Amino acid sequence: LAWHEVAAEDSIGEDEALGVSVGQHQIMLCRNGGKLFALDNVCTHQYALLSDGYVENGCIECPLHQGRFDLKTGAPMGAPVTEPVKVYPLRTDGGKIFVEVDD
Amino acid sequence: MDLERVVIVGAGQAGGRAAEALRANGFKGEIVLFGEERAEPYERPALSKSVLLGEEPASTTSIHPRDWYAAQKIDLRAHTRVEAIAPVSRSIITAEGERLEYSRLLLCTGSRVRPLPGTPDSLPGVHYLRTLEDSERLAAELRPGRRLVVIGGGFIGLEVASSAVKRGLAVTVVERQGALLERAMPAAMASHIEALHHANGVTLRLNSEVTRIQGARSVESVALADGSAVPADIVVIGIGIIPNTEIAEAAGAASSDGIVVDEFCRTSLEDVYAAGDVTNHYNPILQRKVRLESWQNAQNQAIAAVHNLAGTPRPYAEVPWFWSDQFGVNIQLVGVTEPGLDIVWRGERHTGRCMAFGLLEGRVRFAAAFNAGGEIRFARRLIEARAQLAPERLADPALKLKDLLTEASCSA
Repeated sequence: LAWHEVAAEDSIGEDEALGVSVGQHQIMLCRNGGKLFALDNVCTHQYALLSDGYVENGCIECPLHQGRFDLKTGAPMGAPVTEPVKVYPLRTDGGKIFVEVDD
Repeated sequence: MDLERVVIVGAGQAGGRAAEALRANGFKGEIVLFGEERAEPYERPALSKSVLLGEEPASTTSIHPRDWYAAQKIDLRAHTRVEAIAPVSRSIITAEGERLEYSRLLLCTGSRVRPLPGTPDSLPGVHYLRTLEDSERLAAELRPGRRLVVIGGGFIGLEVASSAVKRGLAVTVVERQGALLERAMPAAMASHIEALHHANGVTLRLNSEVTRIQGARSVESVALADGSAVPADIVVIGIGIIPNTEIAEAAGAASSDGIVVDEFCRTSLEDVYAAGDVTNHYNPILQRKVRLESWQNAQNQAIAAVHNLAGTPRPYAEVPWFWSDQFGVNIQLVGVTEPGLDIVWRGERHTGRCMAFGLLEGRVRFAAAFNAGGEIRFARRLIEARAQLAPERLADPALKLKDLLTEASCSA
């Protein structure tokens, strides 16, 4: 496990999402209610990037089939998604966003 | 009265979601779920796509694994046909003659494929697609180099065409109308999908009526009304479905292109509700009756129905939503198409990422998104808001739909 710098804090506005890669990992960063979150960027239903979706009310909605995931836990919030997405530890330091991933 | 036993007839997506929602809402009584198919409740969208191509196992379509039902104390009676409803004695009768009383009855009997008249469906090579078993049988025949003729240019037929091309078959789609997807979208929008199929090598025969499927031991060709014949090794017929209304009708329930229900999912019979493909229901947003064959309707009308039958009424009122995936393009539709829509395109049609709106008297009624699913939520809200927008503003991709929605809502 290691922390990686992935983006500048001010690159993500409220209810915005951003896709980043760290090695093999595709990660979706977003901000909701003033807080930043980092989740796996690929929907567990079919291949789609959650960073193309919508952030609203503590959830990210997949743009493909409108499956929703809880931003805190990655838990699926109802059909068609049934599998959670991974949540990555995130911290900010000096205006930068870091996430912790397996190398 | 106490709700002691809810009987659900039909264990497709609607029946399965109904049983799940009933328990999730805290219902403690008996739930008996009858299904004609052998499988536990499953979702059908992948049967013409990833499951047909073997990219995902059939098990991924199940709503829950079989043992979940027992754990939830849901009595799942698979492969059991309900023959009749006796509304006076408040009971159902199975094909084996078992009689079971209900406190509330929910009909999720779904639909069956519409047969092509005059076609012997026993002829090897002729397929319909509705069930997991249908999908498995068809998958076994999709081999590279074979010639597939799809009869019917609706979603099922076009998804099968897309899957078959991916598998390396030569595909012809025969459609009797002058445009594809005639029931789903205006012809001007369907032309976008027509171009997609053309670009991927599908031969389209529009305005073509099938007279018969020819073949001695197995299918050889499809004869058309103009006298021509399209050679075929496999034929897939996708010309629509017929709602399974028979047991409801025989019991005296009102029926007209589906079991008639109100926005609370009530049939005309006391304590009998219906949900899913089989219903012809009033949609308060569209302000008219609709019968919908969709994933959304199977799931959400069923969930609404169990709230209503358990005495916590809530109307089923959603903008209809459909999706399809063909040749790597995700197609999403909101609203229901209707005659006389003015079409407004948004975005670059040739990049594959664009939208089309259908307006009636200047108000958004219908929208299609091609690889632009993220915009669908705003399209839905524009429809809900009966938004009135200048077509040139709607067409301008530099203006965000989110902002147009705010603007329209403020001026409404």
